[in-house]
Amino acid sequence: MVDSLAYTPQITLEFKIGEKDFFVAGECASRVKKTLQQLGLKQNVIKRIAIIIYEAAMNVAIHATSGMVTVHIEPDAITIRTEDVGAGIEDIDLAMKEGYSTATYEIREMGFGAGMGLSNIKQCSDDLKIESKVGVGTTLNAKVYFQEQPRPADR
Amino acid sequence: MNTYFHSVTLDTDKCKGCTNCIKRCPVEAIRVRDGKAVIVEERCIDCGECIRECPNHAKIAVTDSLAKLSEYKYNIALPAPSFFGQFKEQVNIEDVLYAFRGIGFDEVFEVALAAEIVGHSVHEFLNEYKGKRPIFSSACPAVLRLMQIKYPDLLDQVAPFLTPMEVAARIAKEQASRKLGIPYEEIGAFFISPCPAKVTEMRNPMTTKHSAVNGVIGVNLIYKDIIRHLGDRTTNGGPDRLQRATKFGMAWGYVTGESRNIAAATTLAVGGIHNVISLLEEIERGELKDVDFVEVQACTGGCVGGPLNIQNLFVGRIRLRDLIKRFGTREAYFTEADLQEIYRQNRFAATEPVEPRAIMTLDEDVSRALMKMERLDQITDELPGLDCGACGSPSCRALAEDIIRGIAFETDCVIKLREKVKILAEEILDLARIVPPSMSDNSKKGDVGREH
Repeated sequence: MVDSLAYTPQITLEFKIGEKDFFVAGECASRVKKTLQQLGLKQNVIKRIAIIIYEAAMNVAIHATSGMVTVHIEPDAITIRTEDVGAGIEDIDLAMKEGYSTATYEIREMGFGAGMGLSNIKQCSDDLKIESKVGVGTTLNAKVYFQEQPRPADR
Repeated sequence: MNTYFHSVTLDTDKCKGCTNCIKRCPVEAIRVRDGKAVIVEERCIDCGECIRECPNHAKIAVTDSLAKLSEYKYNIALPAPSFFGQFKEQVNIEDVLYAFRGIGFDEVFEVALAAEIVGHSVHEFLNEYKGKRPIFSSACPAVLRLMQIKYPDLLDQVAPFLTPMEVAARIAKEQASRKLGIPYEEIGAFFISPCPAKVTEMRNPMTTKHSAVNGVIGVNLIYKDIIRHLGDRTTNGGPDRLQRATKFGMAWGYVTGESRNIAAATTLAVGGIHNVISLLEEIERGELKDVDFVEVQACTGGCVGGPLNIQNLFVGRIRLRDLIKRFGTREAYFTEADLQEIYRQNRFAATEPVEPRAIMTLDEDVSRALMKMERLDQITDELPGLDCGACGSPSCRALAEDIIRGIAFETDCVIKLREKVKILAEEILDLARIVPPSMSDNSKKGDVGREH
């Protein structure tokens, strides 16, 4: 990092997501991606971040009644936070399993809700926290460091 | 960085400094400065969108001329498949091919024939390919250049084969050299091009180190000459079979032709640079993984929509299709075994990977880039958001970027300037209202008290 900077520059991007607003998820991902490209981040890091944002935003669009994606960029890392009002997740561990999905038939018909979202997010994040209350909503916090992090052996 | 050669250039005399082109450029590569358009060379992808858009015809494509034929002992014309869509219904392919002799070529080799080779190779490649899908066509150089600067992580999904233009030049020159005993270097291969990006591609090829093409001549340059010689074959009693390409190769002239030739299980074909951009966005987000092959062409309608073509693209397309129907289907020049052998030997595989070009980056250091980005967002917020282009940048965001990069000022924005003038005017008025003490209140009272 550069010492000459008197403060830590940071950027926050926010996206509102409505119920079944599948379109916006993709838009969030490409907006952030363009920003990260301008920041000169490595391609593979950008890709991981884009997947997290896309999948997290899709989860909000599919399962919640409304929500917010907040992307916070600092010089060494990015935090992606989604907060939603909606059904919540009953069993987070189960939801993290590949292929487990509670999406409706209609949503699956549209090609979404394959049950890969959360496991994809987990694979792409360096840190992931999910808190949820059934009938209230879910908060997800994912962090990605721009420098390669030593990954736990179990991954 | 090396200096870029671009085919698309500006005719400064004709440019009126309007903002049509800057708003239409898909990579925001044009600015208006001192009343003239300026192309930002490192950004331009030679798609030719500005050539189509300019109401004053000030955007031109620099291509080679027939004069270059004199540099070689033996010259071969390589007409693009779309070229045959530029003629009236009654014209037949043999007449067009023969006319090339009339304008100075010794031989003509249809690029459509090479397209069939590439088509077969990509087909075989897809059968064996296990990696990430979809695979993209490598035929349109403008699209590849777009991917280099905006979709770098899709580049490893570009079909690893040379373009039909390149393959045609190699085969045609090898065959002629063998048959006539002329040294390879003394044979000139000239692509007859609907497209400026091919000129750039010949000078700075992306999938090979050196292009075998010796010149690229715009369709617009030689069209009249060809028309003049269309009757040559009947008058001179020329040979009856110059045409060797089948409908599969010829159909590469319009969108869907290539993907049909490649015949993968699932294909998608898109023409028009703005459509290509929205498709690439989608694929970059991880969608369409179940599609095997995507044909992506910068021009609407594919090469028949090329900016150097003569005919309206819809007319060109229907003419080409008619022509294919009437003359196209003949037995293939290359047998299945030939094509298989070419693929097995990997003869026309790309030798260079298409490399990303990170020109969108604000600063090499992430912290500094982030700082600039902060400032960028701030400036963007302060700009009116009209995207009017009067400042010479294509949008308010682009102006903010130009300010950050130090090539523009906030007062370039006319609305901003107007605001500043207004503030200044109000200040002047305020100042004008201030009366020196010697003349103020007291003296006024005196005024009021004065008797008339």
